[in-house]
Parts: sequence; structure tokens; C-alpha cells
Amino acid sequence: MADPMRIRAQAQGGNAVVRVLMSHEMETGQRKDAAGKTIPAWHITEVNAALNGKPVLSAQWGPAISKNPFLQFTVKGAKAGDKISVTWVDNKGDKRTDEATVA
Amino acid sequence: MLMNKFAIACALGSLCTLQVQAQQSSSSSADAIAQYRAMLADGNPAELFEAKGEELWKTRRGPKNASLERCDLGKGPGVVKGVFVELPRYFADTGRVQDLESRLLSCMETLQGLDAKQIAATAFGRDEQKNLEGLVAWISAESRGLKFNLPQSHPQEQKMYAVGKRLFFFRGGPYDFACASCHSEEGKRIRLQDLPNLTKNPGDGVGFAAWPAYRVSSGELWGMQRRLNDCFRQQRFPFPGYASDVTVALATYMGVNSKGSVSIAPSIKR
Amino acid sequence: MTTKQSFNRKSLALIGGFGTLAAVLVGCASLPSDAELDAEARAMVRASFREQGIAKLDRIEQDLAQQACSSEQQPDEATTKRIESEQLATVKWPANGQYLGDWREGEKLAQNGRGMTWTDAAGSPSGGNCYNCHQISKAEISFGTIGPSLYQYGKLRGVSNPAAPESAAIVQYTWGKIWNAKAYNACSGMPRFGHAGVLNEAQVRDIMALLLDPKSPVNAQ
Repeated sequence: MADPMRIRAQAQGGNAVVRVLMSHEMETGQRKDAAGKTIPAWHITEVNAALNGKPVLSAQWGPAISKNPFLQFTVKGAKAGDKISVTWVDNKGDKRTDEATVA
Repeated sequence: MLMNKFAIACALGSLCTLQVQAQQSSSSSADAIAQYRAMLADGNPAELFEAKGEELWKTRRGPKNASLERCDLGKGPGVVKGVFVELPRYFADTGRVQDLESRLLSCMETLQGLDAKQIAATAFGRDEQKNLEGLVAWISAESRGLKFNLPQSHPQEQKMYAVGKRLFFFRGGPYDFACASCHSEEGKRIRLQDLPNLTKNPGDGVGFAAWPAYRVSSGELWGMQRRLNDCFRQQRFPFPGYASDVTVALATYMGVNSKGSVSIAPSIKR
Repeated sequence: MTTKQSFNRKSLALIGGFGTLAAVLVGCASLPSDAELDAEARAMVRASFREQGIAKLDRIEQDLAQQACSSEQQPDEATTKRIESEQLATVKWPANGQYLGDWREGEKLAQNGRGMTWTDAAGSPSGGNCYNCHQISKAEISFGTIGPSLYQYGKLRGVSNPAAPESAAIVQYTWGKIWNAKAYNACSGMPRFGHAGVLNEAQVRDIMALLLDPKSPVNAQ
């Protein structure tokens, strides 16, 4: 199972700044191993964020995103106590959702 | 000389800004690299390793189904805060000077019943070595912002420093390199990479005080053991045993030299 | 250079003197003698390293040049002279008297920092590692500063025709320096590329051309 994300959400003048660290290999599918065999692609394809269950961000990702990606975004109108949830799905169908409370 | 010039310029008032501007425009590649690191620091993936390490510390594992919570890292069983900046140090139960990694191996063996020799022989980034990455990330993070202050009162600690110094200058291999070949002068670099002078205290968060670190290029968390291992690889030396005495002695030498500098570990490196 | 070194040696001797005095005053506490620490360091090296890939344990066996240059202090004058003459005797001069090869190949070698690590395959050719420590051509701005700048190496030394008799001294010195840097400076930080088998004769020729060929970017730009 995938490792948890680290999500921090900070209220800032009527908005919330959300910072997310995801634990993922993000293998591009273009690299070869020591034996010369192509390492199969394994990366996040989709990221979704929600504020109190309501979608606020949707992104399509590909092999250009780094290993262990960092994502930062601002949610308008979010305040302390609100719940921010982030979900990613990768090309193997693995999936992970984590939640944080706006502080 | 420079200081004098600056003082004169300031005395003339209006020239002050000019002088400051001149200094700023001389921003080097080192500044650019520092800026790059600052940009990354906010999202340092070392945090992912820290989280894993904290959980591992508390998880019951191994043949003895025990956690590491009674591990003595130098300040008594279970104390984690502040231990990192005082390692390597002498431990009476093993009769050895140990760095963080070698001490963790002792605890994993005695408390959890894991095979320390086997873990030491495991390749970096695999199996229990992967767990060690998390543990060193979390334990070093618990000393972030503290100053290095390695103990030097025990004769074994003094001996490790003196031997470590000798090893730092030990030349060998087909290229005749020693650690000192690259790390004994100020202001030198390999290609564009600045080289800290490790025979002295290179300053807060530099050299010894910057490791463990997340390497962006490999996406892995490197402890001092792995850092030293790669130095020896590039020195064209044979392979230093994980947690071997040579590595602990060198860490003692560099750590004592870094006395008073602030640890920023786990930091982020390109 | 010489004055600075002798000054350093003098101040070191002074510190050494204080050290002895202090040790006598506190009753020579617990630290072993220098000789014992030296032996301990050697034993530790033997116990800590293992072979990996092409990096075998013979690499930690030191020759005189390595052993004498393994501390902060420079070796004494007699040892320095002995190392330099022994190392000079190892220099293999080009068999056919041909010192210069192709500077384009030399530039590739200067850029290449690979070779001889335990992750390199047996028999894989090594680079010259030159840019790691030296400025060489003007175009390459990613250069190290451990060694002196070699930009305009030949031009600054008045080499307009490397084959001319008046160039012979510089040409031969440069060959010797690349082949075995310790022949001219016992504790030089530079590897002994020919002597240690890092580079072969043809490769040394190409690096020679990079430094001395008037048409190479080192001298022409």
C-alpha cells in the first residue's frame, strides 16, 4: 500500500494555502535498469482535491512530474476547521486519499 | 581592506547603496544553487521519510516483536530530542564509539532481534536499509536547529577523533585521493559544486551539519553513512563497510570540527 | 610558496612544542602516542574496507608517495626529493617521440570524469577528469578550482610550434606531469594518470594536444 501524504493547510486572509507532499516513485517508463531492460512506467495520473467534500481541484499528471511530488495551491473561501482532502490515482490503479484540517 | 572601503563608502552616505548593489550583482552560481535549495525547502520530501521513521520507531517489529522506544541513543532509553547533534559518542554497553546508524543497528539487534550484520550488508535503499533512511530522517529532524556538541571526554572518543583525522588525510587508490584532497581548503569547488573545508567548522548547515539529506537527483534520503560511502566511491577506494569504524571515526572528526554549528538535517540537496 | 611552507613548518613545530608541554603538565592523560594512533588508523582501514567490483583491496596499500603525503604536514626534504626522483623514473615517454595527438579527443577526455569506481565495469575506459579541477577552454564554464587554470596553457608558455626544439622543455614537462604528477611535486593533488594506468599513451597524447596545440580552443581562443 502506498505511503501517506503529508498535507498542511493554513488559513490566510479568507483563503487556505494547501501544501501536499506525495510519496510516489513517478517512474517515467523511459529509463533502463542495469541489465538494459526498460523500467515500466509507474506514475500518478490524476490528482483531486476537495474542500469539505466539494471538488476544488482536478489535475492530470504524467511522467514529467518528479519523484515524491510537492503540490501547493490556494483554496478560496476556506477557513480554519474546514477539511481538505487530496486523492491521487496512478497508472497501475493504485489510489490514496488523505485529509487535513485547515489550521 | 574590503571592510575599510565599505566603511568609507558608507561615511560618504550616498555611495552606500552603490556599494550594496555592487555586492549583490556579484551573485555567483553558489547563490543560484542556494536559491534553488530555498525554493525546494518548503516541499522537502525528507518529511515523508521523517513521518515513516517516527512510525517505525514506535512499531513493534522483528523476532522479539518490540519497538525501538527503549533504544538509548546517548541521552537515555527513548530520548530522541537532541541526541543527533551529540553523535558519534561512546556507548558503555557496546564499548564502542557509534554514529547514529551504527547505534540504530545495535538497538535493532538487541531490542528487536534483527540481524545487524545482515542489515549492514544490505544495499542502500533496500529492505531494512530503507527503514534506516526513515529512522535517521526522523531522529535527525528531532535535533533540527540545535548546535553540534559531540562529547570528547571519554578516551575512546578522543581516540576516534585523532584516528579520524588521520583517515581524513589517508591517501590511496589509483587516483591518490584522500578526503583532504577536496575538503581541506576554503573556496574550492569541483566543477560548479562548492566544497566545504571539513578540517574546520564550515558553518551552520554546511558539510557535516547538512546531512542526512534528501537527494533530488536520486529521490532518496541519504544518511551520513551513504554520503561517506559515495565519497569513497568517487575517491576510487574499495567499499567502506556500513557503520564500520572508518566511517564512525571520520564522522567523529567532522562532527567535532563542526562544534557549535547548527544542524539543518534532514536538508535537501540537488 | 617555499617561504610559506617553511613558515608553516616552523609554526607547526611551535605548536608541537606546546603540545608536549601541555601533555607533561596534565600527566599525559590517556591518548595513545602518535605512532600508536598511526597503527590504529592503518588497522582500522584494513578492517573497514572490502572489495567491490573492480575496486580491490590493493587500493588501500599505500606506496611511499601516498604514505608520506597522508597528513597535514609535508614530508621532509629528503623524502620529498626521493619521491620525486623515484616517480620521475617511472615516466614512460612516448615510444615514437610523438607527444601530441588530437585535441578534439583530448577535450572529450577532459570532460569525462568516469572510470575506476566500483560502479564502473571492468575494462571500461576512464576519462581524464580534467574539468573537475581545472579551467581549460574558455567555452566550458563548469570547471573546478582545485588545480590551477590551464586556459591558454601553451600560449602563456610561448609554445607556438610544439614540434620546435625551443618547445621541447615545456612539452616534455607537460607529458611527465600528466603521466606522473608526483615527479615534480611529491604531494601533488593530481592523480598519476599514466603511472596508475588511468590513461594510456594515446589518451595522454590527446590531452597534450588540448593543452599545447596552438589550434586547440585552449590556445586559439
